Amino acid sequence: MTDNSPTDSSAIVEVLRLGPACAHDGAGASAAAQAARRLVDRVAAEGLADVSYATVESPFGSLFAATTKRGLVRLAFPEESTDSVLERIARRLSPRIVEAAAPLDPVRRELEDYFTGRRRTFDLSLDWSLIGPFGRRVLGVTSEIPYGGVLSYAEVAAEAGSPRGSRAAGNALGSNPIPIVIPCHRVLRSGGALGGYGGGLERKRWLLELEGAPTPRR
Amino acid sequence: MSDALPPFQRFLDAQRDAVWRFLVRSVGAAEAEDCFQETFIAALRAYPRLRADSNLRAWVLTIAHRKALDAHRARARRAVPVADIDAADARAESNPAARDEALWDAVSELPARQRSAVTLRYIADLPHRDIAAAIGCSEEAARRSLSEGLAKLRKVVPA
Repeated sequence: MTDNSPTDSSAIVEVLRLGPACAHDGAGASAAAQAARRLVDRVAAEGLADVSYATVESPFGSLFAATTKRGLVRLAFPEESTDSVLERIARRLSPRIVEAAAPLDPVRRELEDYFTGRRRTFDLSLDWSLIGPFGRRVLGVTSEIPYGGVLSYAEVAAEAGSPRGSRAAGNALGSNPIPIVIPCHRVLRSGGALGGYGGGLERKRWLLELEGAPTPRR
Repeated sequence: MSDALPPFQRFLDAQRDAVWRFLVRSVGAAEAEDCFQETFIAALRAYPRLRADSNLRAWVLTIAHRKALDAHRARARRAVPVADIDAADARAESNPAARDEALWDAVSELPARQRSAVTLRYIADLPHRDIAAAIGCSEEAARRSLSEGLAKLRKVVPA
């Protein structure tokens, strides 16, 4: 600051840009983060967001879970990129999405009970709006398969009203947006082979063993 | 995803520091919290109607600016005594921290339009076009308010 001419505003501008010390150092950033956290808690408590999401711990690692006012709308395994899941929800449902733990508490509780063997059916309400018409038929049939039971792709397709559509049924199961809760792991090949699973075959086998369902030998 | 708005949480993560900084400097730390909440609640309500190609920073700072104006008006109604200019001058001479404080006092006492122009330009880093849109005046008028504001600040805190 060698130029002290009275018409020069650069010193003033410099102070304005940097501002009071508390506003631009780490404390300022963390104050902003805390204010944002309080905002999101309030938004969740007052139901101002269309979608809330949080992570939910599981034996598979941190699952991504998202809920609307209607219910659980999306559950994703750890490998899926949170950003791309969020962007898809923003485009399909609403961009009014916040990260808030409380709305996902029932999901957290029921999944924990399920994974520890204390729960066999989920009482969560579900939001099916990420699922298309055919997917709704296929996953609707799937959601009726009881704990510990299995159906074949062909049986699910037949129940869903398209007897020759086991490949299409497989695709619909593969794009299940709410795995585990809509139990697509209970659908196997006709001979009893595992078939496919969006979360990986190891997890499909693990879930079936948890439920005491018959699984093919490794 | 350039053809769609980012999820609100991402927008909040990206803009919260700028909005906080802007509010702390334009209304002070004590009132920044309330203004911050009101700014983002208003943003959340309007968010789905926003065009995907909008300048999100300029948009949210424009809202923050309106909330800051409301806070200034409320404060004026409560008739808190204004800072003593002589005291500010005395402080300004003593040390740089005191000079900064005197400058911020002076900013908060600028006429509303000049204060808006100064804070939106230098704290929010908005271009003149966006400042004009935020204040609701022509770009020319925004430039004028900015230079008038700076001129007043120079009187209180000589560069």
